[in-house]
Amino acid sequence: MANPGRAPARGRLKIFLGYAAGVGKTCQMLEDAQERKAKGIDAVIGYFESHGRKDTIAKAEGLEIMPRKRVSYRDSTFEEMDTAALMERNPQVAYVDEFAHTNIPGSGRAKRWEDVEALLDAGIDVVTTLNIQHLESLNDQVWQITGVRVQETIPDWVVQQADEVVMVDLTPRALLHRIERGAVYGPEKAQRAMQNFFRESTLVALRELTLRQAAHEVQQRLDPAADGPSPRILVHLTPDPQTAMLIRRARRVSDFTGAECFAVAVQPAGDWCDLPEREREAIGRHLNFARNLHIETRILEGEDTAAALVDFARRNQITQIFLSRPPDRRPRRFFSRNLVQKVVALGRDMQIVIVSEREPL
Amino acid sequence: MQPDGTAAEKGHLKILVGYASGVGKSFRMIDEARRRKERGQDVVIGAVQPNAPPEVQELQRHLEVVPLKGASNRAAIDLDALIQRRPAVCFIDGLAYDNPPGSRNQARWQDVQDLLDAGIKVVASINIQYVTELRERVESITGKHVKETVPVSFIQSADEIEVIDAPPENPLERTPEERIDAKRREQQLSKLRELTLVLAADVVDRQLEQYLDRHGIQQHLGAQERILICVTPRANVAQMMGSARAIVAKFHAELTAAYVSQPDISAADQAALDRRLEIVRSAGAAIQILEGEDPVTAILDFAHRKGITQLFIGHSQRSGFGAWLWGNPVDRLIQRSRGMDVRVFPQ
Repeated sequence: MANPGRAPARGRLKIFLGYAAGVGKTCQMLEDAQERKAKGIDAVIGYFESHGRKDTIAKAEGLEIMPRKRVSYRDSTFEEMDTAALMERNPQVAYVDEFAHTNIPGSGRAKRWEDVEALLDAGIDVVTTLNIQHLESLNDQVWQITGVRVQETIPDWVVQQADEVVMVDLTPRALLHRIERGAVYGPEKAQRAMQNFFRESTLVALRELTLRQAAHEVQQRLDPAADGPSPRILVHLTPDPQTAMLIRRARRVSDFTGAECFAVAVQPAGDWCDLPEREREAIGRHLNFARNLHIETRILEGEDTAAALVDFARRNQITQIFLSRPPDRRPRRFFSRNLVQKVVALGRDMQIVIVSEREPL
Repeated sequence: MQPDGTAAEKGHLKILVGYASGVGKSFRMIDEARRRKERGQDVVIGAVQPNAPPEVQELQRHLEVVPLKGASNRAAIDLDALIQRRPAVCFIDGLAYDNPPGSRNQARWQDVQDLLDAGIKVVASINIQYVTELRERVESITGKHVKETVPVSFIQSADEIEVIDAPPENPLERTPEERIDAKRREQQLSKLRELTLVLAADVVDRQLEQYLDRHGIQQHLGAQERILICVTPRANVAQMMGSARAIVAKFHAELTAAYVSQPDISAADQAALDRRLEIVRSAGAAIQILEGEDPVTAILDFAHRKGITQLFIGHSQRSGFGAWLWGNPVDRLIQRSRGMDVRVFPQ
């Protein structure tokens, strides 16, 4: 080391972004590895998933592949990336497939993206692969398109800090041909896949979403600074399940428009103990969720929720308040129809954004 | 029409779009030709790029090529030979070339149209810099004048479009003499790259709409952000347009404005409405006039038809829409909104 004792410069992160399994992300990742290796760069495969595909396996030929770590969980053995061994090996570039993967409990960090963070912090460049449906702020739009609630998500800020995001494109027709030929899945799984995620309209919509996301990633790296004063967004957290969607939407709008984002829950009287436990838990979950998406959170006190929200907004130069659309005919103490009306009436100097649910076809 | 009286089925068109030379379009194209040939398809190369990289030339040697006609700087594809040869798939690397004087068509993309009309499937490539409608924007980015172009309608007519994406580093490595001013060039390339991805997304969006239409599906899937500005006599359209512009630019969103015509509007309100419509119009937004007894229903029906994801409306605590009988219109609109954000503006 040239500078002993000094932390190495953080590694560079490159992401191959695709709209579905089988578009060729892993192949492009391996081609990237072969190219760098040919240039004399120390490139090592930290983890890759061949899915038994012949072309993919062929592309890995001649590359150094780290052995996987075996982890026992509930009487079964699973294989995970051996992050510690990879850090020990300390290559210039590590290739790590499936960025959004969730590790088996007991194998170390909870998420693969956290393993990647550790590699980057150790000064190792990382090249990885990601499908659009795993991006947290798109969870509701993906649900709208596919009817599937994706559980394995990755916070947007993790992707934003990548140095490069490259779109791996393939037309849906070509992808469907690949699936029919059995080049992506085995025959049974192919049948099932084509009935669900791999309907043509679904693929076309996911692809459009990916193209627009890729365009945004380019634009954001081109000129991150917004023109004029940046908007400041406030999200109102309640126990209502719609709050997760509200947080995602506000996060996405603030990321795109260069706004700062805050989230508050308003505590009615005295303390939370007066609330039913389920609601208390839900609030805690939503506060945590917001923090994981790098949204600053605060708990306010006030009898009048609308007044507390608008007052906080004024004191913090908030320009936009995000609220969930009130549920139909199910008035609740936290979340009554009156709240939106009151905030709209009180916050007449700011924009009030009411987010309604996205429903699948 | 064919001699036997049956119309030739129109050939299928696939276009590969890249944002600069050197991103690997030629390689991807030739590689696709190779793979199709391996799968037993009758493949012919109708046009190759003059200075193709060695790996492309190597692959080309194993494929049947119908050579270009004419001098190398102004060559045309051999249309008659290709139609006579009738391959299952014809590959045309580089769509944006003008033909030499005296050719059947003025430009190569028209030759491709003839191949398609003859029932031949075509896979073609184009660089985003050569799209007619984008010429001004491309010139403002690169500072270079572009002469030979292909109309965007031809690209939109493709059955399939595929983006060849790669970060700008790769092209730079190919042309070391352009390392001077590398940063500026990288920025230019990034802008072209953004343009390419958005063009492809727009083409895909049209295809999705057509697909859903054909299958009688009314719903939109929300992949494209679409903003609707509701114009009323008291709406603060200046602020609305300001927010809309920022969102349109950042989300690559589509912008529409609408107002609900009211037969018994006062002269003062009409004048106020006209002033606001003029502001919206001069900012370049398309304006839709809606009819309907209940303005809330008219707006929401239109928004659902158009796949609106963000609806902008002003506070209207009283009047303006004073004729609305069913309570505060903004409240009702919020209560009935689905699948969108309603953004209420101060006025």
